[in-house]
Amino acid sequence: MSATLQTTAAAAETMSGAEIVLRALKEQGVEVIFGYPGGAVLPLYDALFNQNAIRHILVRHEQAAVHAAEGYARSTGKVGCVLVTSGPGATNAVTGLLDALMDSIPLVCLTGQVPTHLIGNDAFQEADTTGITRPVTKHNYLVKDIKKLAGVVHEAFYVARSGRPGPVVIDLPKDILIGQGPYSEAPTAPHRSYRPQREPNAELVAQAVKLLKGAKRPIVYAGGGVVNAGPEASALLTEFVRLTGFPCTNTLMGLGTYPSTDKQFVGMLGMHGTYEANLAMHGCDVMLNVGARFDDRVTGRLNAFAPTSKKIHIDIDQSSINKNVPVDIALVGDAGLTLKALLEAWKASEQPQHTGALAEWWTLIEEWRGKDCLRYRQEGSIIKPQHAIRRLYELTRETQRDTFITTEVGQHQMWAAQYFGFEKPNRWMTSGGLGTMGYGLPAGMGVQIAHPDALVIDIAGEASILMNIQEMATLAQYRLPVKVFILNNEYMGMVRQWQELLHGGRYSESYSAALPDFVKLAESFHARGLRVTRPEDLDAGIREMLAHPGPVIMDCAVAKDENCFPMIPSGAAHNEMILGPDQEGGVKGVTDEGKVLV
Amino acid sequence: MPEINETKLRNATIAVLVDNEPGILARVVGLFSGRGYNIESLTVAPVDEERAISRITIVTSGTEMVIEQIKAQLDRLVPVRKVCDLSIEGPHLARELMLIKVVCTGEQRMEALRLADAFRARVIDATTASFVFEMTGNGDKLEAFTALMRPLGLAEVVRTGVIGIARGTYSLKA
Ligand SMILES: Cc1ncc(C[n+]2csc(CCOP(=O)(O)OP(=O)(O)O)c2C)c(N)n1
Ligand SMILES: [Mg+2]
Repeated sequence: MSATLQTTAAAAETMSGAEIVLRALKEQGVEVIFGYPGGAVLPLYDALFNQNAIRHILVRHEQAAVHAAEGYARSTGKVGCVLVTSGPGATNAVTGLLDALMDSIPLVCLTGQVPTHLIGNDAFQEADTTGITRPVTKHNYLVKDIKKLAGVVHEAFYVARSGRPGPVVIDLPKDILIGQGPYSEAPTAPHRSYRPQREPNAELVAQAVKLLKGAKRPIVYAGGGVVNAGPEASALLTEFVRLTGFPCTNTLMGLGTYPSTDKQFVGMLGMHGTYEANLAMHGCDVMLNVGARFDDRVTGRLNAFAPTSKKIHIDIDQSSINKNVPVDIALVGDAGLTLKALLEAWKASEQPQHTGALAEWWTLIEEWRGKDCLRYRQEGSIIKPQHAIRRLYELTRETQRDTFITTEVGQHQMWAAQYFGFEKPNRWMTSGGLGTMGYGLPAGMGVQIAHPDALVIDIAGEASILMNIQEMATLAQYRLPVKVFILNNEYMGMVRQWQELLHGGRYSESYSAALPDFVKLAESFHARGLRVTRPEDLDAGIREMLAHPGPVIMDCAVAKDENCFPMIPSGAAHNEMILGPDQEGGVKGVTDEGKVLV
Repeated sequence: MPEINETKLRNATIAVLVDNEPGILARVVGLFSGRGYNIESLTVAPVDEERAISRITIVTSGTEMVIEQIKAQLDRLVPVRKVCDLSIEGPHLARELMLIKVVCTGEQRMEALRLADAFRARVIDATTASFVFEMTGNGDKLEAFTALMRPLGLAEVVRTGVIGIARGTYSLKA
């Protein structure tokens, strides 16, 4: 009798590899998995068929599965999960994985693999997936021993979400999925080698506060690390900025970590940042970088970057520190915990602030702000893209719905960053580091899965949207009411802009010829299609899109030759910004050094 | 303000303790090639069979900023347990093993043997027409010996690359 009991207990812990994977996913809190089946992962699909705890979303291309998981992860703070087959399934996922690596998005991607005895034989749909994905993931695994399977899955989730988050691949040979093995729960002991530092060094925090209190022309520059540190980190950032009275700017990835409507917010910085943000960066004497990485799109020419400043850098990734820009105080740690420590130390310190100097600094910033660098003139019979985004922003605000914006890549992306305001983190999903056209629609899908009742809009360009347009079918299948708002300028506008400014107006291959009829295209995918061409119809069109309960493509015809300004050309400094035609200051040339940069 | 555009290069001998698992060497080498760092030499071998730990010694060069980057990039690899820059942690020893084949006859043989003796190279194989010498030391010593053998019939050289360890009580543990 007791012998039988023992056997059942032991048997309960032994199961197929596919079941081990699913059980570990459940234990890790996975509710949704974005995937696409194929021969090597059929055992996993079989196991999925027999359960209800994990929902599988069938995408139409593996790249889209990864972007969808990114949208899901970025909008929830959870780890996104992907399942693809071997060979082409895995290679199709590569772009998405690198996108997630560059933007520090936590993902676990399960890839099928040929059975272990065939690895290396050029078997059907074999790819060296761990080899191919090594440079595009934070870490990857090839499981060759079923006894290690459960442990690897748990570790993958730990690695994906800890420290600087990123994508992790687990390559699963088919015989491992079919074989029988033991299940083990997630370990409670600390990881043997990977233990990122979360708490900042108190001594350095004190030094940082001293520097910040003594600042006469300070600036806070906050990035995506604040989003990754959770909504509390954004609340702490806001508290810190308000307490200190400092101006705050955001990187592209950091939008939403500080409320855009707050008067201390000076807008986004960098290549297409505001005049006031970039000049404040250039002229500051103390810079506090919270969770940003001095990316080249932000710094411009390095030897002219914030030349008179002392710099404090908060980052959870030691390797981001002193990579491009040497800093004076490096605070390695979680952005939220570090901001908390800074706030406490600030409150405890009796050192007075330079209130007079700070007031003068603000006067200067207000002067820059007075230039109104994002001003545009909506006149005539053609819709200005900036105006389209402004109205989209204002009309969405009227709905008072929780709104999530994703984008594709190009001018529309930058206009979205400039003209759409965000009050909260996790509401803005864009491909920053990799700049992946085709990101927005699948990312929006992932966001909508995570937030079924929210308003999700993909701000798109007519060229980018075609890169993952097949996902309209996924929207239809799962009744995901994502709105695709296309700024249709009939050009790869950002390419056209660079050709105008850097290549003598030779518009080589940047015209969007033979575009589809987006209204019919939407309808063929069971969605609503709208087209607006006249400024006077814009509001009605946007309202109709917002009111429609299902997915919509709105094709909004905009000015074809509009450029995105301000612009710091590659290789230029923050104070060498090009302003729009409506501004004095004229277009300056690009240096030869600048031309080799991207 | 810290100096930007620093151009001064230095050499670094970096010791890395890693989990001995498939792909670890590819990860380290891929990191160097992918990010454009130099590898002057790289050696790896298991040092703790029971805990499956290997030790890698990398000799590289770069500006101070680049070397700091290399260490931070290595440190964030998941299977990496410890990274130590032997060049700045205090005095350290660096050694390399070389096997060198010299093919020669007559007076040149005698000369090769005499020099080997002076350099404390051991003869580990001899025929009437050749020697294989074994020699350990730092790079300078091995290179000096190799240069001397060249006119005497140097035929083949194989070197392990540098391994390093700190002097004194300081020990690198995972
Ligand atoms: C996958 C991919 N291929 C190429 C590029 C280079 N690229 C950047 S923006 C752009 C044009 C995008 O055109 P569109 O989607 O119409 O946006 P617009 O700039 O016109 O708003 C291109 C080709 C890219 N970012 N991603
Ligand atoms: Mg376009």
